[in-house]
Amino acid sequence: MRFESPKTTREAVALLAKEKGSAYVLAGGTDLLVRMKTGLIEPDLVVDIKRISAMQSIKTTASGTRIGAAVSGAELGENKKLKKAWPGVVEATNLIGSDQIQGRCTMVGNLCNASPAADSVPALMAARAKAVVVGKNKRRTVAVEKIITGPGETSLAKGEIIEAIILPRRSTKSGDAFLRFIPRTEMDIAVVSAGISLTLARGVIKSARVALGAVAATPLLVPAAARAIIGTKLDDVALEKLAAACSAACKPIDDKRGTIEYRTKVVGVLACRAAKIAYQRAGDA
Amino acid sequence: MPQDTSYTDQNFKLVGTRPRRPDGVDKVTGRAKFGADATAPGQLVGLILRSPHAHAKIRKIDTSKAEKLAGVKAVVTSADLPDLTDGDRAMLDILENCMARGRALYDGHAVAAVAAINAQTARKALKLIKVDYKVLPHVTDVDEAMKPGAPIVQDWVFTTGVEPKPNKPSNISQRNEFGHGDVEAGFAQADVIVEKSYKTEQTHQGYIEPHACLASVRPDGSGELWVTTQGHFTFRNICSSLLGMDVAKLKVTASEIGGGFGGKTHVWMEPVALALSRKANRPVKVVMSRDEVFRATGPTCSTSIDVKIGVKKNGTITAATAELRYQNGPFPAIWGMLGAMTSFACYDLKNVKSVGYDVLCNRPKVTAYRAPSAPMAAFAVESTMTLVAAEIGMDPVDFRIKNAAKEGTLASYGPTYGPIGIGPTLAAVKNHPHMKAKLGKNQGRGMACGFWFNFGGQTCTDLNIGIDGTVTLTVGTVDVGGSRASLSIIAAEELGIPYDQVQANIADTASLGFNDMTEGSRGTFSSGMATIFAARNAIEVLRERAAQMWDIPVKAVVWENGEARATGKEHGNLPVLSLKEIAAKAPRTGGPIAGHNEVVADNAGVSFASHICDVEVDPETGGTKVIRYTVIQDAGKAIHPDYVEGQFQGGAAQGIGWALNEEYIYGEDGRLQNAGFLDYRIPVCSDLPFIDTEILEIPNPNHPYGVRGVGETSIVPPLAAIGNAVSDAVGVRLNHVPMSPPRILKALDEARGS
Amino acid sequence: MPGLLVSTTVNGDAIEFVCPQDETLLDSLRDRVGLTGVKEGCGTGDCGACSITLDGRLVCSCLVLGAEANGREIETVEGLADGDKLHPLQDKFIEYAALQCGICTPGFLIAAKALLDRNPNPTVEEIRYGLAGNLCRCTGYDKIVRAVQAAAKQMRKK
Repeated sequence: MRFESPKTTREAVALLAKEKGSAYVLAGGTDLLVRMKTGLIEPDLVVDIKRISAMQSIKTTASGTRIGAAVSGAELGENKKLKKAWPGVVEATNLIGSDQIQGRCTMVGNLCNASPAADSVPALMAARAKAVVVGKNKRRTVAVEKIITGPGETSLAKGEIIEAIILPRRSTKSGDAFLRFIPRTEMDIAVVSAGISLTLARGVIKSARVALGAVAATPLLVPAAARAIIGTKLDDVALEKLAAACSAACKPIDDKRGTIEYRTKVVGVLACRAAKIAYQRAGDA
Repeated sequence: MPQDTSYTDQNFKLVGTRPRRPDGVDKVTGRAKFGADATAPGQLVGLILRSPHAHAKIRKIDTSKAEKLAGVKAVVTSADLPDLTDGDRAMLDILENCMARGRALYDGHAVAAVAAINAQTARKALKLIKVDYKVLPHVTDVDEAMKPGAPIVQDWVFTTGVEPKPNKPSNISQRNEFGHGDVEAGFAQADVIVEKSYKTEQTHQGYIEPHACLASVRPDGSGELWVTTQGHFTFRNICSSLLGMDVAKLKVTASEIGGGFGGKTHVWMEPVALALSRKANRPVKVVMSRDEVFRATGPTCSTSIDVKIGVKKNGTITAATAELRYQNGPFPAIWGMLGAMTSFACYDLKNVKSVGYDVLCNRPKVTAYRAPSAPMAAFAVESTMTLVAAEIGMDPVDFRIKNAAKEGTLASYGPTYGPIGIGPTLAAVKNHPHMKAKLGKNQGRGMACGFWFNFGGQTCTDLNIGIDGTVTLTVGTVDVGGSRASLSIIAAEELGIPYDQVQANIADTASLGFNDMTEGSRGTFSSGMATIFAARNAIEVLRERAAQMWDIPVKAVVWENGEARATGKEHGNLPVLSLKEIAAKAPRTGGPIAGHNEVVADNAGVSFASHICDVEVDPETGGTKVIRYTVIQDAGKAIHPDYVEGQFQGGAAQGIGWALNEEYIYGEDGRLQNAGFLDYRIPVCSDLPFIDTEILEIPNPNHPYGVRGVGETSIVPPLAAIGNAVSDAVGVRLNHVPMSPPRILKALDEARGS
Repeated sequence: MPGLLVSTTVNGDAIEFVCPQDETLLDSLRDRVGLTGVKEGCGTGDCGACSITLDGRLVCSCLVLGAEANGREIETVEGLADGDKLHPLQDKFIEYAALQCGICTPGFLIAAKALLDRNPNPTVEEIRYGLAGNLCRCTGYDKIVRAVQAAAKQMRKK
């Protein structure tokens, strides 16, 4: 295996594009090194992106916040402005693993690892986040929900790399939240998860996005679940409809972490709980 | 000199205090050397190739390509570990478990191994070994394995303990029955009978340190083994026997051990490491990955158990029976028998019968896990006990107190009890403030009792007094959790000197006589006993030397407070001689001063505990959290209370993990799906509350200080205590451990009718 | 593929080592720098026994490549004591019997130090969540949490 740590995105892209064997991007390494250790992959090239300055910062402008691909979960959690604007996104990212994992893991890594159970992804989808994708000849901005195409699979072409995530500017009277269920209190992969972002007008939900994790081959954006609460004050009837829409949308599997029956049921519970938190936050915002 | 093991009441100066452990500094500075921390000149890296199949015939192993790879120094298969066991089937089973012999018996079974100059080369070599498997039908569930027509795991196993003698092989290796009285007559007298079935899943000891060893065999047939183990003397005997080495020519050194809980009582890859070293003629280090630890070492049994208890309305149990089916992995063992023995040990029963079955499956070879076999039996019996109490409208603690075993009780497994602690622990539960604390919404409280035999065994200890009067205590029982501190306390107590004047060490197999392993809660019990006797022997020498220095008869010298004192009218005015003064003169009064002892420390003293547990259950997700936990256990005598409490807390935490989340998950293909700490979910720090402890001291009549083993019993009650608490919290009875969120939610949904 | 020369700072000392490009920092520290106080319990970031700080951040060294350490600063358990004076955490771990077998102890000490550096007066819950990345199988965590509380108290007095 060859290890490279380029200083610019362009160099990184060139290295990845040129490699004939298997090439991997190393951001936090919290998934990549596990896959190497367990023999799932044997990379010919690993490109460390943590020395690329464009990928190391969090920048907030009038249009939104740009989070570099190499920004760790811990750094994200220390950014008070971002935590205030997008608490659900930050909380979701901070739920990935332990403090040790937080010291390394990144949102972009979480996204590109493309696990259906990725913690940050439903929150990013609910937040209408976009990914800045850089290839050899062009740079494009893609909605986060378009990145993951299946378990471990992404829409990125060979040589393409995500440089940053862009979160839109937070509109007033809006809030987001993310919840996951795990059997322990820490360290587990989500059995089910739900991320919700919504905006209020005079206490009524004007717009909403609902995304679910670990209930299908990819994290799911569920417009029907959003419709169930739009136009309501999140009363009991709306919550019931939200839960039903979430349960209806999921196509989970039975595995070592949970059953179809369990996931289908609990995803509705979590969506309702997350919606209540988001609603509260929007009201306070 | 005769060794009086009987208990004598005395006022201790040091026993019961909490000094700092002698190995503490090394362990907080990173200097302590564990299994993987040793190196030897020219050492190679050893790796093991493991079967991906649950059951397969090995038609051929082609190692030629691996052998040709540059940097590979040895490749071994079962051909390099010939059968030298001379008809000893149990030893052959151990050998076969270390390296498959023509058949892979479980996912993870070793089939070949390599030694190479570095890890990269060794990994490459493993991939070059071609194994031609013919996959065979497998069975991993204990109940399935007992059914007629189940795939037969071992065709040479015929059920023992049944009449008539079977003529067909079976996965049931043995049936054992215990009890007394007439259970049918007893059930006929009952007002209420409760009958219930339970299942528990397989769990792993989960020690944080993977197995590791450094083997070095010389061309002259002698060798050394550095290894993380609970018993280096036993490892020496087994390895030398399997490899055809002389016992005296294999020196085994126990590294610091990063947890064992029974899992390091057994050899796994050590004989393979020795075989690799012998073939390569270089030292070979083998360190298991976590995946290997889960797939191929030490889990405890999965079980399936039926319990039936009959009771009169006044709370008297008239009869109790249990059938216990324990999954042992692919080799015959005694775990079901132990389960049957422990199941009703807490109670004084007129009519009782327990039947244990030992069953083979295509899972890893089971080894001891802390009070092995008892937690599952206790889950079944103690859950049923609480159900019975509810049926007759009696408080579950009162019900247990009414039926508790006491001194003179004929135990369900045979012996008659001496003074025991089950009654006192139950009385302490009754009076504990925990029982009166208020519970919130979705919270519930449960309690349960537990029993463990404890073990004594062979022990050998040296005590040497240095020229400056400091004392080297040399024991052969591995220190798994602070025993060096406890044994130093005992030596200092006996000699009458300060704790700091004693230095405890663990000897290698070349430096001390045979010691049984640190298992069965015997470390402090048995080495403590041998330390007492070794110190008393040393005191005899000290008295002789003092007599010589004074030129008076030995019988006029007494030993008090670390000093020799002359007694009698004619000598009483002599100034006392301290241990230091006598030690300084040793070269001129007869040479080194030492005490030695070897003993079979029998009658370890049975152990009982009662636990109280509060849980909170989320009725919408089935998520359960333990919010308060109390352990009450009889220690006989707590030598170093910190480390006694530590055993209580650690065992309870393991039981909590087992109760709620830990389990081996096998796929249809017979492969283990969660061979890692990510999905084999042991409790993390944020999962647990503080674990309160109460140490009771009901002296063991067969130990000079009254010590009983304390290490294991604490894992026995938690499964049932939590099951009873969950039932109290949300009204559903879980009969399947672990009580994971999907299982709890399913039970809740069934109860709600949705 | 040739090994990489890595120049790094370990516990304040300038250290150089050559490692295969796919080797983890855990293996580099143990096998090349000789710091076997850094333990491997799982190799997959689930147990925390290999905890170190890298440029001041708590990480699992099993999830870092040795090559990544070039030019960075590493702290391990071997650097925790100040000469012959134990760090308060080390001292309290012994005093409170917060270790039984001791294999997880180096990782716990590094994680606890990172926690107290960030939050000198943590609640019990903050300690428990802050140490959730470190598995201990012996103690049930009770005495570990108490030792961290005691060390925090002592460190705040200074």
